[in-house]
Amino acid sequence: MKRVLCAATAGLLAVAAITVGASAGPIAPGEVKIDDGKITASLTGQPGSAVKGREWFANRKLGNCLACHSNSDMAKEEQFHGEVAPSLDGVADRWDEAQLRAIVVNAKQALNPDTLMPAFYRDSGYTRPLKDFEGKAILNAEQVEDIVAYLKTLK
Amino acid sequence: MATRQKTSLPVRLAAVAGLAAAGLATVALAGGPNDNKLVIDGKEYVTELPAPEGSPLKTLYSGWRFRNESTQAMQLDDFDNPGYPNVDTGEQLWSKVDGEAGKSCASCHNDASESMKGVRAQMPKWNEKAGKPMTLEQTINACRENNLKAKPWDWESGQMLGMTAFIGSKSRGMPVKVQTDGPMKEWLEKGKEIYYTRVGQLDMSCAGCHEANYGKMIRADHLSQGHVNGFPLYRSKWQKLGSMHRRFKGCMQNIRAKPYEVGGDEFVALELYTASRGQGLSVETPAVRN
Ligand code: HEC
Ligand code: HEC
Repeated sequence: MKRVLCAATAGLLAVAAITVGASAGPIAPGEVKIDDGKITASLTGQPGSAVKGREWFANRKLGNCLACHSNSDMAKEEQFHGEVAPSLDGVADRWDEAQLRAIVVNAKQALNPDTLMPAFYRDSGYTRPLKDFEGKAILNAEQVEDIVAYLKTLK
Repeated sequence: MATRQKTSLPVRLAAVAGLAAAGLATVALAGGPNDNKLVIDGKEYVTELPAPEGSPLKTLYSGWRFRNESTQAMQLDDFDNPGYPNVDTGEQLWSKVDGEAGKSCASCHNDASESMKGVRAQMPKWNEKAGKPMTLEQTINACRENNLKAKPWDWESGQMLGMTAFIGSKSRGMPVKVQTDGPMKEWLEKGKEIYYTRVGQLDMSCAGCHEANYGKMIRADHLSQGHVNGFPLYRSKWQKLGSMHRRFKGCMQNIRAKPYEVGGDEFVALELYTASRGQGLSVETPAVRN
């Protein structure tokens, strides 16, 4: 009888260990710390995909970075590029990976508290967010990493 | 691109069109407002003037000046203006008896060309009885309920858009001139606060686009100063006429913000404040935008 109980407990523990392992995966928006304009570690613990990041960058429902920034790398397939923010040509020469990550996560903390640039990985503290977006960040951790990987190619 | 171009458009438009076409090969660039003149029926409208004292802007420009030449052309001739049929609808409703009192608007206000002249230019206007400013839509509905004993129209209904377009057309060419002192002050402040507050998941304010970045492209859109002198106006995106509050609502939703209520105090305050930022621009109702 005791043995059975023990086995059951061990089983539970094993399950618990797996859940802990999973939740230690992506760093949640509320837990990300920007230090000195930098986030050194990947939000997912993995490197992102530049190919996917290029897609999220242009996607109007995700990064929509082209709303504000121009980007020569996309001049051929994307006709409309914004003019309200600096061009992202050569951005990887100006900022390193940790800085780029911080800028995408929360430009108001990383660059300038008054910047027009939205924070892409912040899920609280908004005024009057539309219901569908309440408690949510614009991008998930993986998408942020993908975009960072893509930005790193803009040399 | 310039299929609807009218002879009244300055020749330099051709040059602009050429430049734009060349620009498309790489990336669309807009620059500031264009230099075209808005002349309808031989009458020139004020689309540019030095900003009044205390304005955060240096020069005021009508939204018309930021549209491309094909959109601009549609406003140069009432026959080409897709919003103009609404004015005709409004004109018919003006003398149509409706409601239990057996009256029409004309029963009290006679000839709209006289009685409604300048009304749009001063909206929203302080209403002593209500103790608040009232928009054109609210004023029309108050007349319907109290004087015609008729049901109020929905804000965005065909009848309301027709009537506001018709009444608005009687102020065409007149300068926007809203009251900003006295009891309006408090409402103006409220509107200003809304204008500068960052909202929504994109965390932006009206000013972030229309004050700090007018003249620039935000992806495919050429940002204007967000003036309200053309409302209600025809928008090709809507494929119909729309009210000012509909536009406010759309701008808020674009930044993923929960819009205020159409016709609610917040949008009335915002209407007053945005109108005050464009004091002196000509009323263009019904304007054409894209
Ligand atoms: C609504 C406008 C807007 C959007 C959308 C936007 N940005 Fe920005 N971004 C800005 C502005 C404005 C700046 C300039 C910084 C400042 O305001 O101080 C900036 C700066 C940057 C910089 C630093 C550029 C440099 O050369 O110093 C990077 C990198 C950047 N943005 C990346 C992005 C990416 C990636 C996206 C999409 C995921 C994006 N931005 C979306 C407005 C925007
Ligand atoms: C993300 C950018 C953005 C924000 C923020 C924004 N708008 Fe707009 N707005 C636009 C664009 C783009 C247009 C269409 C082009 C134009 O006229 O500027 C527009 C058009 C308008 C127009 C129509 C102007 C005309 O001549 O027809 C008005 C009025 C207006 N906005 C008011 C507002 C108000 C009030 C707010 C704040 C509640 C606001 N906007 C916030 C982007 C924005």
